[in-house]
Amino acid sequence: MARKVLLIEDEPHIAEAIRFILSRDGWTVASHATGHAALDAVRRERPDALVLDVILPGRGGIELLGDLKDDPALAAIPVLVLSANSRERGRAEAAGADRFIAKPFANDEIVAALREVAGP
Amino acid sequence: MVPFDILVAVCLAYVCILFLVAFVAERRAERGKAGWLRSPIVYTLSLSIYCTAWTFYGAVGYAARSGLEFVTIYLGPTLVLIGWWAFLRKLVRIGQAHRVTSIADLISARYGKSNLLGVVVTLIAVVGATPYIALQLQSVTLSFGVFASGTPEGWALPDQSATALWVAGGLTLFTILFGTRNLDANERHHGVVMAIALEAVVKLVALLAVGIFTVWGLSGGWQGVAERIAASPIAELPLVPGRWMGLTFVSAAAFVTLPRMFQVMVVENSDERHLATASWAFPLYLFLMSLFVLPIAAVGLARMPAGANPDLFVLTLPLAEGQGKLAMLAFLGGFSSATSMVIVAAIALATMVSNHVVTPLWLSLRAGGARAPGDVRGLVLMSRRVSIAGILALGYIYYSLSGGSAALASIGLISFVGVAQILPAMIGGIFWRGATGKGAMAGLLTGFSVWLYSLYLPSFGDSGLISPHILADGPWGIGWLRPHALFGIERLDPLLHALFWSVALNAFGFVAVSLASFPGPVERMQGLAYVNVFDDDPGARAWSRGGAETEDLLTMAQGIIGATEAQAFFEAEARRQGVAGYLPDASPDFINRLERRLAGAVGSATAHAMVAQFAEGAAVSAQDLMAVASEAQQILEYSTQLEAKSEELARTARQLSEANDKLRDLSVQKDAFLSQISHELRTPMTSIRAFSEILMDPELPAQMAAHYAGVIQEEAVRLTRLLDDLLDLSVLENRKVQLSIRAENLHDLIDRALRSASNTRAERVFVIHRDQATEHVPVITDTDRLVQVFINLISNARKYCDAERPELTIAVRRRGARLTVDFIDNGSGIPKKSQSLIFEKFSRLTDTQRAGGAGLGLAICREILVNLGGTIHYLPGQGGAAFRVSLPLRPQSAGATAAGDRETA
Repeated sequence: MARKVLLIEDEPHIAEAIRFILSRDGWTVASHATGHAALDAVRRERPDALVLDVILPGRGGIELLGDLKDDPALAAIPVLVLSANSRERGRAEAAGADRFIAKPFANDEIVAALREVAGP
Repeated sequence: MVPFDILVAVCLAYVCILFLVAFVAERRAERGKAGWLRSPIVYTLSLSIYCTAWTFYGAVGYAARSGLEFVTIYLGPTLVLIGWWAFLRKLVRIGQAHRVTSIADLISARYGKSNLLGVVVTLIAVVGATPYIALQLQSVTLSFGVFASGTPEGWALPDQSATALWVAGGLTLFTILFGTRNLDANERHHGVVMAIALEAVVKLVALLAVGIFTVWGLSGGWQGVAERIAASPIAELPLVPGRWMGLTFVSAAAFVTLPRMFQVMVVENSDERHLATASWAFPLYLFLMSLFVLPIAAVGLARMPAGANPDLFVLTLPLAEGQGKLAMLAFLGGFSSATSMVIVAAIALATMVSNHVVTPLWLSLRAGGARAPGDVRGLVLMSRRVSIAGILALGYIYYSLSGGSAALASIGLISFVGVAQILPAMIGGIFWRGATGKGAMAGLLTGFSVWLYSLYLPSFGDSGLISPHILADGPWGIGWLRPHALFGIERLDPLLHALFWSVALNAFGFVAVSLASFPGPVERMQGLAYVNVFDDDPGARAWSRGGAETEDLLTMAQGIIGATEAQAFFEAEARRQGVAGYLPDASPDFINRLERRLAGAVGSATAHAMVAQFAEGAAVSAQDLMAVASEAQQILEYSTQLEAKSEELARTARQLSEANDKLRDLSVQKDAFLSQISHELRTPMTSIRAFSEILMDPELPAQMAAHYAGVIQEEAVRLTRLLDDLLDLSVLENRKVQLSIRAENLHDLIDRALRSASNTRAERVFVIHRDQATEHVPVITDTDRLVQVFINLISNARKYCDAERPELTIAVRRRGARLTVDFIDNGSGIPKKSQSLIFEKFSRLTDTQRAGGAGLGLAICREILVNLGGTIHYLPGQGGAAFRVSLPLRPQSAGATAAGDRETA
């Protein structure tokens, strides 16, 4: 059964690109544009991994990450954080990100990173 | 014969009368009705405390033993008073100017307010006065003895010592009751002065009565007396010129240095013009006191039994002749002499002891413990009472130790030589600016030591403190150190010997050490103030209220509040008094206002003290005041400078801190801006890169490839637009924009903007409301830029208006030389808290999906309008989002015009 990844990204074109890349690698991708929608989706769908953008309308990516890691039921889900600002790396890792990837990224980079954090 | 109990009763009644007089005088003085209390006659009579029991009884004894030599005791003071203008006047002036409370205070204040000097002078005065007080005890005891025993040989009274103790106790009580009833701020005792003036009259009347009785009652007139004198041994006594000169000198010195004389002459003096009266009245008094001395001595020697004490002739002669009432009067005269001396001496000494020894000691013991003034007052009164008791106790001890048998005159002279040691420091202090505290200390200690060694200690005689063997052979057998033959000078009269060596060594030490040392600053100032006390003649100023007084007030005020301020204040006061252009009259009203003005600068207490010195007419040491004023001025100037400097520093620090804050803000803004730009640039770049990589897959279906290429193109356009906006904003913000000014119809401009805005993809029907008629207004401006603003506002409305059926109203209005164009949509508008932010860079309020821009649009609009001389505002409360663009119909700013002219030319 294909593994599920949840993508949270507000830029439609970027979301479209990532969805394409990960689907091609065998993931089932569900995407959301806001943090609130994403948290509900995570609880509901229990994905195998998360790809999370930092800058989101409403609740930001780092805050969302904090909520996930505080919830014992969800804390184990590996999270890949994306940001256009490489200075967010420290904040993301402190909040419990398993991997940080700066935008723009190479497509293989995302694929490899996701395999790594979620297991082969 | 007068019974002893009646004698005691008379004494008590006399004391009660004295109390009454003192009490009434004090009450009058308290009510400000001093009047006749301040008469020069009262002052002169108060000086008569110079004539103690020693003069009253002892002069006759002196004459009986040494002939005319007794006159020297009267000669010294007479010379001092005749030459009053040379020395006494200055002393009194200084005493008043500096509010001197005692001779110790005078010396200590002159030499840099050194309390140590005050202590030394106090010590000398107390030790010097002790024999003198013993003398009074002795004479009162003897005179009591005369009555008690009923025999002329009163001094043979068996329980003499007990009588002396009673007398000492009574005098102590009497003095405490008299002298420390209250604490006078300026140490003046109107009551006491009045009482001693009365006593002066009593003793003069008593002595004159005995004299008249002796001359006319016993000798049949001057003729008979002259014969008796010629026949008596007195006529054969030789005149010793050395002793005459020495004794005249020492009595003159004692007249000014005796603490009690200083008290009545300087401290109690209320007007220095009284000296002029005293200069003839007091020698007259002394003349009357001495007039019958020789007759009484001669008649006494002739008529009294051999072996009778000549010191008591004044009393025993009338008694022997059966004149009980006259004897009683004589007794009261002697009693007056003794009591007045003891009272004033004890008061003066107690003031010194309490001011220079007890209070400083007490204050240093309770260092740090500030107490209420009431406590100090109580302490001072108590210390004075204890001091009085102590001083009289010392007198009694001296009396007991010296055996109570030495002749009255010789005891008095020992005291005279002792207090004369203060003379060099005193004269030097008021005439010689070079005199220093070290010099005064050296002189005083030297003179005092020599006096103690060569005169005071030997005076105790065989019972005494110096062994006979030292007197005979000197200490350790050193001959030239014998107390009565210092440095090998022998066969000189012991008194003269001690006087010569003590005063000579004292003066030498004083001058030599003064020359070798330098005065401190306070000493220098005090020296100047003492020596030049007449330079600032208070006569013209202090006692009149004319121009001179105001001038001095002006000088003082200038010193305190500065020349300009003082001048302005005085001018304003003169105008108020209607004498513009002149100095104002020193009216009480004016002085009050001046005081309040000065109080602002130096505090109310200082201001009051300074003004009061001028206003009340007290003699002022101008140097002193001016010194204070100039110090205050210096301190003020210094502190003003400091204040200005610290203000400047604070200002600079504030500016620096502000600049730093601004820089930090700018830096934070710049960082935020760069971070924003970076984010805005990276976002389309991310899409472009991701899709480019996807497109590289050759197996990608052609349809998908075309779609992804479209996305890449779209993101590339977005990227370009963002870069254009950033460049545009940068140029606009730096005011480097080249405007191209053109005249065009506003209607055309709106048309163009609407066309341009609808080129973007129109997802919805968008209704535009316009009033075409009002739009036909010609505007002269950079029309392309204005259209850019309109496009931005119309696009925003299209993007953000959240109404079901969006509408936009464009309303134009002319307001004078300006034009407003409002863009109002029917959406929900912009939340109040965000209205102030929307013109800032990157202030995108909603998500990017609908906005499509980077949030620079309104920032650019604002910058464009600033460049065009206009404004753009958000209009709250219009239903939807509403913006008003306002700009001039033609360019106003010179810069914009110039740029435009070049463009259009």
